[in-house]
Amino acid sequence: MFISKFSRLGAHAIKNLVKAPSFTPRTSYLPVVHNHFLRTLRQEPFCTAVEKNADEGSEEKQKISVTFVDKDGEEKHIKVPVGTSMLEAAHENDVELEGACEGSLACSTCHVIVMDVDYYNKLEDPTDEENDMLDLAFGLSETSRLGCQIIAKPEIDGIRLALPAATRNFAVDGYKPKPH
Amino acid sequence: MALFGKLRWISRRFTTLAATPLRICVVGSGPAGFYTAEKILKAHKEVEVDIVDRLPTPFGLVRSGVAPDHPETKIVINQFSRVAQNDRCSFLGNVSVGSSVSLPELHEMYNAVVLAYGAESDRTLGIPGEELGGIHAAREFVWWYNGHPDCRNLAPDLTSTDTAVILGQGNVALDVARILLRPTMELAKTDIASHALAALEESSIRKVYLIGRRGPVQAACTAKELREVLGIKDISIQVKQADLVTTPADEVVMKNNRIRRRVYDLILKAASSGHSPPLPDQRELHLVFFRKPDRFLESKDRSGHVAGVLLEETTLQGDDLGKQIAVGNGVFEEISCGLVLKSIGFKSVAIDGLPFDHDKGIVPNVGGRVLADSSTDFPQYETGLYVCGWLKRGPTGIIGTNLYCAEETVASLSEDIERGVLTSNSAKPGRGGLLQLLDRRNIRVLQFHDWERIDTEEKRGGNLKNKPREKLATWEELLQVASK
Repeated sequence: MFISKFSRLGAHAIKNLVKAPSFTPRTSYLPVVHNHFLRTLRQEPFCTAVEKNADEGSEEKQKISVTFVDKDGEEKHIKVPVGTSMLEAAHENDVELEGACEGSLACSTCHVIVMDVDYYNKLEDPTDEENDMLDLAFGLSETSRLGCQIIAKPEIDGIRLALPAATRNFAVDGYKPKPH
Repeated sequence: MALFGKLRWISRRFTTLAATPLRICVVGSGPAGFYTAEKILKAHKEVEVDIVDRLPTPFGLVRSGVAPDHPETKIVINQFSRVAQNDRCSFLGNVSVGSSVSLPELHEMYNAVVLAYGAESDRTLGIPGEELGGIHAAREFVWWYNGHPDCRNLAPDLTSTDTAVILGQGNVALDVARILLRPTMELAKTDIASHALAALEESSIRKVYLIGRRGPVQAACTAKELREVLGIKDISIQVKQADLVTTPADEVVMKNNRIRRRVYDLILKAASSGHSPPLPDQRELHLVFFRKPDRFLESKDRSGHVAGVLLEETTLQGDDLGKQIAVGNGVFEEISCGLVLKSIGFKSVAIDGLPFDHDKGIVPNVGGRVLADSSTDFPQYETGLYVCGWLKRGPTGIIGTNLYCAEETVASLSEDIERGVLTSNSAKPGRGGLLQLLDRRNIRVLQFHDWERIDTEEKRGGNLKNKPREKLATWEELLQVASK
């Protein structure tokens, strides 16, 4: 189990190297360069297209690209199988996202901010129960969601998620604060 | 030879010194204590952390505060257990700071002490009749149904009255109302203490009043808890239409505050959908706004027992939106009841040798560093003394609030390590010293594996009754099972 997961990661690393040479697992946050880079990525069909895991034989599982931006603005790019929640994905990839209730919709510790409003709009609307929890989230924004409620699907390939404290330092793409 | 021996002694002394870790003691094993320990262990790879608690059981309010019908909220115990099982962390239960060991003693034995022992007392109203029988702090009632050993014998009278009045409209008030009104069939599947379940099964209470000084826009509860209590099976919700009228100030508050808006919408919806008069046997929940308790009334046939509450109507005053205060307008009304639960806030308890702000009920601090003297312009800190959780910021917020609270306190502590204020050069005895001292005082320390024995036994007991656990609710049982 572990070995296969490990080799899968290795295969991805190689794939990433081939397709996008500058794609490193952890890059320091440089706003301009970064945005430009992501935009390029999004325009290139072979990168935004959902990857198929050829090395897994008959059990084909689609994966999407997800970027977590931590409190210091540092980015982590990961591949997430379709159907997996962002909370699970974060924990499998050592992203420091809390998850006090382990995804049972009873806390707000896995609060993330969808950095691009277009991606936010591609998600299903939050349920009353999720909104009840978001009410109590630290640093709530217009594009806040609970990580446990965002489930990977092809439409959100390339989504970028900020961990809350980071929002103090930079605004969410495409989001203009409303005047009171 | 002698020289060689001396050299060896020096080198050994040197290595022990170099290897001496910084030893930190966290007092209190609730969310604030565990999040603090977790963050210290993560940030400092050499530091050892001991978490002491006065109870034999860890997890504080996650065990004795979170309602039994909120099992999902308690899942965080898994995370805290992993912290306790860390090689550099120990849980030391049944150790009461202030009586088993004094704070100065503890401070002497560790490089740093973080106080996170919460708020184990209650605010009072200070109105006539408050001492009458049948009036309890909501905290005591919560501890009672959650099997806290200190409230095992509370025995609230649920059989000689059909009406309970709850003062306050925060989440604790809503929890208490829900436990009183929810069908016991549903509660039986939770980890509610069996003595409480038995009492609730016999309960004659079918009418519960939730009383708030201010209006529905100022109610202190959150949407989740409100949604739950309004959704109890076969319950009649009663709200006075007049109380739902909002002022322009209310509108501004709701525009800027998402929780207040959502809470108000829920109350409005419940009031409009369920305003038919209750059926004869139906349980009733009355949300009463703009009323403050003036005095408690004593029963005529049962001396020393409460028979009702006199309420005074209020109006809101003050310009500071969201902080408007309720002022009585001289119009009084009475509600007859045989049980009163005061849910008006917890209060922390001071311990000897600890600076304490009695007005605010907290330990004076800046970013978690305990202030020795807060009256001067230049803050004087107590070296190596920190505070986190309710003791630091007052008794509000949810479990997750402690994450940020602990982050702040641990940042202060880390800064003091970097600046050399806290250093392991002065080697402290830590756990070894504390255990020796407690042993001399004949205090039985329970470690995490002792708690695991209690845990196993409770789960085994729960299994037999088809509930997640059957809590051991007396000191004797807890200590006995722990030593099996």
